[in-house]
Amino acid sequence: MVHWSAEEKQLIASVWGKVSVEECGAEALARLLIVYPWTQRFFSDFGNLSSPTAIIGNPKVRAHGKKVLTSFGDAIKNLDNLKGTYSKLSELHCEKLHVDPENFRLLGDILIIVLATHFTKDFTPACQATWQKLVGVVAHALAHKYH
Amino acid sequence: MVLSANDKSNVKSVFGKIGGQADAYGAEALERMFATYPQTKTYFPHFDLAKGSAQVKGHGKKVAAALVEAANNIDDIAGALSKLSDLHAQKLRVDPVNFKLLGQCFLVVVAIHNPSVLTPEVHASLDKFLCAVGTVLTAKYR
Repeated sequence: MVHWSAEEKQLIASVWGKVSVEECGAEALARLLIVYPWTQRFFSDFGNLSSPTAIIGNPKVRAHGKKVLTSFGDAIKNLDNLKGTYSKLSELHCEKLHVDPENFRLLGDILIIVLATHFTKDFTPACQATWQKLVGVVAHALAHKYH
Repeated sequence: MVLSANDKSNVKSVFGKIGGQADAYGAEALERMFATYPQTKTYFPHFDLAKGSAQVKGHGKKVAAALVEAANNIDDIAGALSKLSDLHAQKLRVDPVNFKLLGQCFLVVVAIHNPSVLTPEVHASLDKFLCAVGTVLTAKYR
């Protein structure tokens, strides 16, 4: 089980409290599809992903981004039981969605960049370290039920 | 992975905006890398890694200079960084995985100091550029 210090929990809560799940989620997913275009392979039914502008404006991308980041919020509420929290989602991503877990790491890195652009100097090294740890354990939890 | 004309132009533009801050960005990227990925400290047992360390600042300057050199010679990064590539292969032998980690931290530093510059397209170009630099530096490993 992952251990979270009081300071880490505080850094997570204070950032999350200021995040617009809808905006950040949409931006993170759009950037994932733009920066790592091969990730578009999972979204062939999303319509127009032909350019960064199309991706950013795509309503399905925005909606899905919001969904993904909302789920992230569940992780934050259950830091002491991430594997349990993500057990069903992990099975889903393996058995139905067939998503290579590497993609969870890519999205995690992208989320860090999005947070950095929003929080700028408030995204201190300690903050970044905590959040990289968080996205890493979320990715690990999502990959846990893969077989 | 190939850098398009757009990528090259985006990268040059970013480094143009960074200008003289490059040294500080290099130092901050290293500081963040040590904090976020503690295993990277194993390559610097001989360094004082405390906050504000002169050695980290000095090393950040070297890292930044290499990135600036690569950006200024973006049509031939392998040529521009050939000696550095030899150094990493023969002497330093930093595991290839670590270049991604430093690259991520450099992106974070750019994002923090120039949030409006790091549009998704520029983010993509810069990420590709940093990957290309890492690839060049590890190209002669075996």
